Amino acid sequence: MIPISWYLIFAAALFCIGLFGVLARRNAIAILMGIELMLNAVNVNLIAFWRYATPEKINGQVFAVIVFAVAAAEVAVGLAIFISVYRRRGTVSTDEIDLLKW
Amino acid sequence: MTFIQLFFIFIAAATLGAALLVVTTRNLIHAALWLIVSLFGVAVFYVILNAGFLAMVQVVIYIGAIAILMIFAIMLTRKVSKVPKPAFNSNWIWALLIAVVMFGSMTWILNMWPQFEAIPTAIAPSIDPLRLLGVALVSPEAYVLPFELASLLLLAALVGAIVVAWESR
Amino acid sequence: MTIGTLIWLIPLPPLLAFFIIILITNRNKRLSHTLSVGSAILSWIGSMVVVWAAFNSEHLGLHPFTSYLAWFPTGDSWFVIGVQIDPLSAGTLFFVAWTILMIFIYSVGYQNFGQPKGDYDRAGLPPQGATVSDVHGHSHKVPSIEPMYSRFFAFIGLFAFGMYLLVVTGNLLILFVGWEIMGLCSYLLIGFWYGKPSARAAMIKAFMTTRVGDVFMLLGIAYLYTATGTLNYREIFYNEDVLHQLATTSTGIFGLSVAGLIGLLLFIGAVGKSAQWPLHVWLPDAMEGPTPVSAMIHAATMVSAGVYMTIRIFPLVSAGAEYGQLTPTMTVIAFIGTFTAIFASTIAIAQNDIKRVLAYSTISQLGFMFAAIGIGAYVAAAFHLIMHAFFKALLFLGSGSVIHGMEHGVLHTGEHIDSQDMFNMGGLRKKMPATFWTFLIGGLALSGFPILTAGFWSKDEIFADAFGHNHWAVFITLALAALLTAYYTMRQITLTFLGKPRTHAAEHAHESTWTMTLPLVVLAVLSVIAGWVGIPEDFPVLGGTIPNFMHEFVGETLLEHPEMVVFSYIPLLTSLVVSLGGLTLGWLVYRDIKVGAFDPVQKALGPVYTVLKKGYYFDELYDFLFVRPSYWLAKNFAYMWMDRKVIDGIINGVGHITGLIGEFLRIFIDKPIINGFGDWVGKTTKKLGFLFRPIQTGRVQQYMIIALVSMMAFSAIFYYLLVFTR
Repeated sequence: MIPISWYLIFAAALFCIGLFGVLARRNAIAILMGIELMLNAVNVNLIAFWRYATPEKINGQVFAVIVFAVAAAEVAVGLAIFISVYRRRGTVSTDEIDLLKW
Repeated sequence: MTFIQLFFIFIAAATLGAALLVVTTRNLIHAALWLIVSLFGVAVFYVILNAGFLAMVQVVIYIGAIAILMIFAIMLTRKVSKVPKPAFNSNWIWALLIAVVMFGSMTWILNMWPQFEAIPTAIAPSIDPLRLLGVALVSPEAYVLPFELASLLLLAALVGAIVVAWESR
Repeated sequence: MTIGTLIWLIPLPPLLAFFIIILITNRNKRLSHTLSVGSAILSWIGSMVVVWAAFNSEHLGLHPFTSYLAWFPTGDSWFVIGVQIDPLSAGTLFFVAWTILMIFIYSVGYQNFGQPKGDYDRAGLPPQGATVSDVHGHSHKVPSIEPMYSRFFAFIGLFAFGMYLLVVTGNLLILFVGWEIMGLCSYLLIGFWYGKPSARAAMIKAFMTTRVGDVFMLLGIAYLYTATGTLNYREIFYNEDVLHQLATTSTGIFGLSVAGLIGLLLFIGAVGKSAQWPLHVWLPDAMEGPTPVSAMIHAATMVSAGVYMTIRIFPLVSAGAEYGQLTPTMTVIAFIGTFTAIFASTIAIAQNDIKRVLAYSTISQLGFMFAAIGIGAYVAAAFHLIMHAFFKALLFLGSGSVIHGMEHGVLHTGEHIDSQDMFNMGGLRKKMPATFWTFLIGGLALSGFPILTAGFWSKDEIFADAFGHNHWAVFITLALAALLTAYYTMRQITLTFLGKPRTHAAEHAHESTWTMTLPLVVLAVLSVIAGWVGIPEDFPVLGGTIPNFMHEFVGETLLEHPEMVVFSYIPLLTSLVVSLGGLTLGWLVYRDIKVGAFDPVQKALGPVYTVLKKGYYFDELYDFLFVRPSYWLAKNFAYMWMDRKVIDGIINGVGHITGLIGEFLRIFIDKPIINGFGDWVGKTTKKLGFLFRPIQTGRVQQYMIIALVSMMAFSAIFYYLLVFTR
């Protein structure tokens, strides 16, 4: 049987890879992909805990479902914003979008 | 090492490898495709964890909608340029450092948790997780309100995205 | 209301009238004089009630009406002040109330109430007349109303307050307060017409001269307080032990006892206030004030205050001597009084101004009173004080009426003559009959016309006392002075009223209004009948018909009732001779003075006449000795040196040093340190800002990295602290 530690370590690793993508990638859409990875890691964590701690209750799954919904909404809006930014600035590279620079 | 454990390791390696490729590939379309792969891997994990419905939801929503949406967005924001741009920005070392330190500290802290090595107990056959999920999402004493709010949120996101990305003439 | 409360209330109405007139009713002349005269009537009623009660009470001297009030704390005990009505103050209150009321009523007419406003009248100058045209179109000038009408009534109200206060009080300090209030009012009223330079000079002269006396008086009061610890009459003048102790302690100055020195110091105050030699110089010049002022202040009341005070302190000045003997202080008082009496009466015979004659006459008569006190004739002095007030006030008011009549004539004819010079008058008997008869009665009273007038009885009393106690020098000198008094009085009456008018203005004079003549009549009646309360028991024929109230009543004021002097014919005959003789002589010399003629005496006396006219040159002497050095001192020492060099020098020096200190602070502290600090803060903030600005790159990922790195660092620190230091 798989101890929970394996799932948790896997989720932590996925999360940190996503974090690296968020902080280090140049293209804005690549940052969004990193965010998706992080959200997925969180979901894995939730479901693992549900299965191993309270399988008879359903709260964990409901939480995961809500996270799905939020992630979807966030991606939609984020991409809409990036498209709008691309139209105005002509780029989605975060190095060049620095209007709030001093 | 039982079969399931080997299977687990294989899927985990695949998913993490795909994730690494997502964050390092220069070509964005490739990154999106590798994202799809890693999302598939996560769906498999859901299946192993007796959350079959969620696996389906993962495939349909994440892969079928979100990843496709991302590909559309990539295509809409593609710049035709001869000079290949680097994948990372100038602070990637710091990001690497943070990611590694964070992984290490999380693992280390989790190690101190006494139930870190717990094994799953069997689910009683009378409990049907799917049925429970359905009931929980619509019953007033359970989670109908967050459910409705989530749908409102999606509506708002939908409208907002349309408005933001509307091409004004 | 008890008698004690009533006595406290007597001085109040005139004071209230003063304040109300000054603050509220200044513009309304009728209201002002109504208030003022009304207040005088109120005080008069109060005084009559008190005096009547005083006459009807037994042994008032031993049990006077008193009422006390603790005024301010002095260490362990309180300084107590109070009112006291004993026989002496009852008699004084009687004449003060009558004369003040009469003068207030007189002032309404004197200040020309009801007359039109003058053509060129200004506040500060006497009214110059108004042109009035009647139905036929003829215009002539009439006297005009005084521009500062209300102010006059306010001032005399304040004055009346001061005098009443002085009379009713039983404490020397309050007496001094009333004394000083009257001094102030005298200053204000002498200079009432402050537009005239002569009035301004006179007001200052009066105040300064009386001030000299007041300084000594204050010293005396302070000494008395130090020696006895109280200033109430009851505790000093009626206390045998206190008097004895004061009389036997020696001060070492001129060999005087404490009582003697205090009495002398207080007497010097009286010398100033009552215009005795050598401080007499202010009273003739005080005639610059309006005539009611001269009557009230300088004849009847204020100058009487000096005599009243000296009579009051008689137990003190006579302490240590038996009845009939004189202490050194009494000798001084007698000398000054007698000298002044003869001195002033010699000057009076050479004066031509109608008011100046009366001024010197007042000085002389006051001298009589002081002489009486000096020789121990307590009752005689009080008697003469009360009688003199009546007829002197009458004479002054009469002279005011004469001057008014003359001014009417001057305005009518347009002549430019001095309406106060007796040599411009004459024949006014026919023009102003009421004034003439009342003035005549007053003049006869002053001269001591026998039997009928009050002056006779009071003067006779003084002569009798001087003769009876063998004070020959005093007796003879006073007799001579009385002769001269009768002479110059008749001179005055003859020149003014008898004969023919010497100028057109005198021809056109006419009688004054009833507000002026009514007081004259009242005072004339009093001048006649008031003397009859003092007829000595042993007097031939008349003695015993009316009991000698004066002696009985006033004599009670002293601890030991004074003995009645034995009657002798010599003083009586002397009195008759000097009075009738003087009157006849005066009439003979002056009955035929023609227009523009010189004074006959002038030729007879020659250069002596000029000396007399100039008042023995005392004014010039004081000017040389005191006034000029004061001016020199004020100008050169106080002004040029002290004020400009020393004080201004110090102030300018302080200013200069302050400037230097300021510059030093500015250059070395303000600019580098304080300004520098301010500037440094600004610059450093700017530098820090520039330093930290690049952190804001506008790149979100960098912000996130910074946040996460900081979070991890803090978590590590906290983890270390929480886990490893427990």
